[in-house]
Amino acid sequence: MFNYTLRRLLTVIPTLLVLIVFSFYLMRLAPGGPFTSEKPLPPAVMQNVLERYGMDQPLYVQLWTYIKNIVFHFDFGPSFAQKDRTVNDVIAQGFPVTLTYGFWSAVFVLVLGIPLGIIAALRHNSIWDYTMTGLAIFSQIFPNFVLAPILVLLFTLSWGLLPGGGWNGGQWEYIVMPAIALGTSYMAGVARLTRGSMLEVLNAPFIQTARAKGLPERVIIWRHALKPALLPTLTYMGPVFVYMITGSVFIDVFFSTGGIGQDFIDGAYSRDYSMLLGLAILYSLLTFALNLMLDLLYAWIDPKVRSSL
Amino acid sequence: MTLLSVQNLRIRFRTGDGLVHAVNDVSFDMAEGQKLALVGESGSGKSQIALAIMGLLAKNAEIDGQIRFDERDLLTLPAAQMNALRAAQIALIFQDPMSSLNPYMTIERQLGEVVELHEGASRAEARKRALEVMDAVRIPDARNRLRAYPHEFSGGMRQRIVIAMALICRPRLILADEPTTALDVTVQAQIMALLDEIQRDMGTSVLLITHDLGVVAGFCDDTMVLYGGRVMEAAPTPAIFDAPGHPYTRGLLRAVPRITEGDVTLSAIPGSPPNQTAAPRACPFAPRCVDAIPACHDGLPEFREGRACIRPVEELT
Repeated sequence: MFNYTLRRLLTVIPTLLVLIVFSFYLMRLAPGGPFTSEKPLPPAVMQNVLERYGMDQPLYVQLWTYIKNIVFHFDFGPSFAQKDRTVNDVIAQGFPVTLTYGFWSAVFVLVLGIPLGIIAALRHNSIWDYTMTGLAIFSQIFPNFVLAPILVLLFTLSWGLLPGGGWNGGQWEYIVMPAIALGTSYMAGVARLTRGSMLEVLNAPFIQTARAKGLPERVIIWRHALKPALLPTLTYMGPVFVYMITGSVFIDVFFSTGGIGQDFIDGAYSRDYSMLLGLAILYSLLTFALNLMLDLLYAWIDPKVRSSL
Repeated sequence: MTLLSVQNLRIRFRTGDGLVHAVNDVSFDMAEGQKLALVGESGSGKSQIALAIMGLLAKNAEIDGQIRFDERDLLTLPAAQMNALRAAQIALIFQDPMSSLNPYMTIERQLGEVVELHEGASRAEARKRALEVMDAVRIPDARNRLRAYPHEFSGGMRQRIVIAMALICRPRLILADEPTTALDVTVQAQIMALLDEIQRDMGTSVLLITHDLGVVAGFCDDTMVLYGGRVMEAAPTPAIFDAPGHPYTRGLLRAVPRITEGDVTLSAIPGSPPNQTAAPRACPFAPRCVDAIPACHDGLPEFREGRACIRPVEELT
């Protein structure tokens, strides 16, 4: 297991390098640049600006400098668009916000979705099951850009219970609505998935064996059925979790949280090369970390996977 | 002494195609220590009888009749009391050892939880018992394999574990539902020998459910032949083989390939198993029977002198 983890961690380095090189050239291929504007800068000024950001050098030199700065100084460079801010500053400021509401959103998804799915499966074909499945389908088709305004309409404008936006250092009132708006459709997905896989597991022969042992239903569910029933949910949650903690552009913009999604969009519009590359690296590192975590979790649950590591 | 008594058992399933009459009016008694075989082709209702005894029929089943075990009526027993009987007094060995063990639990836990549940054993005691019973079913190097998972064992070894699981509380009745069907022929013989040995050591009653007459021949005292959810013939096993009294039994025996006769053509019973969506009004085997006379299609044959057939034995082909 330790060796496996180490091996996986080592593969991060070459993969990241490929990702950096590829993204770097891809961005530069796109027409325009951070300093292009409708009224072109005088050539002398342009020359100065380019020199200031090292963009007068050949591309491969720029790339080399970029990688060198990251490796030796952990410096992702200055932002090309936001004056006097470095990419490090932007990430340090925006990422904790995104991570916070993304984390709570994932908690909301799991803590509500899994029990709802299990209850629906255990009360299969009852009024509980139908209500749950109906609600789940309903919320799954609700995109967050419809849900968010409805939440604000109800909780802020009608009842005045929660602030309609902002962050304020991450007090809970400011987290609730972004987390719910971001998570609801995934929560519904998790509930439906858990219901389905629980139903399937409850029909498995080894559950029949457990019944033949005389175990009470409660023990059968907790000891025999839960683990296998959660495996598909785990698979589903992998990419969802990455998406959640890297933030939703819409949520950041709509609730003015100051999260990192906003910076990503701004960076794309203004050709902020270093910002885009820095965020791409952050996203891929998170993807790596979460995938590794999920695989280890898989191994912990499934002995077949464990013995193949 | 009668341990298990099944009287007029009927099992029907509500399905999209209407009621399926899986088991129709089956009655039999089992004495303590008796080995009884239920023989029949797939769909003859034999597995459903075992599940009915365990109280594990599917939710869409309707059940009538009586199942008494040790003077208790199993069909009206409260769930908690039924749970107390399962594995402790009546154990079930399932057909497919590849899927009947939980892939996510160690063998030790799967065996141990049975003793913990029924005898209040501690973890340590449960481990000791698991080890004993694994030795009893002759799993090599049992001590080191307690922490192993099902996928680390071969099919034959898994079936031994399933048998160990059924034995661990020393039940009085073991229901073995096709215990060797999923295994290689060589492994089949080993498993049957093991079951036989354990049965003799413990004096357990065994209800063996199978479609394989070869398995029955060496193992069971008595044999019941089922067709279309009805008992066709019931007799001591030697009598079934030497002087089968029902055309269906005769057909089954003819269908067993024999090397000694030098005749390599396999004989089969023509036709296909009956449609069971209607309650039977005539002998279910009549449409496929070589000895059928018009009266066979008219009214159910009474079960008398060990057979359900209106034609005298002497007249059968």
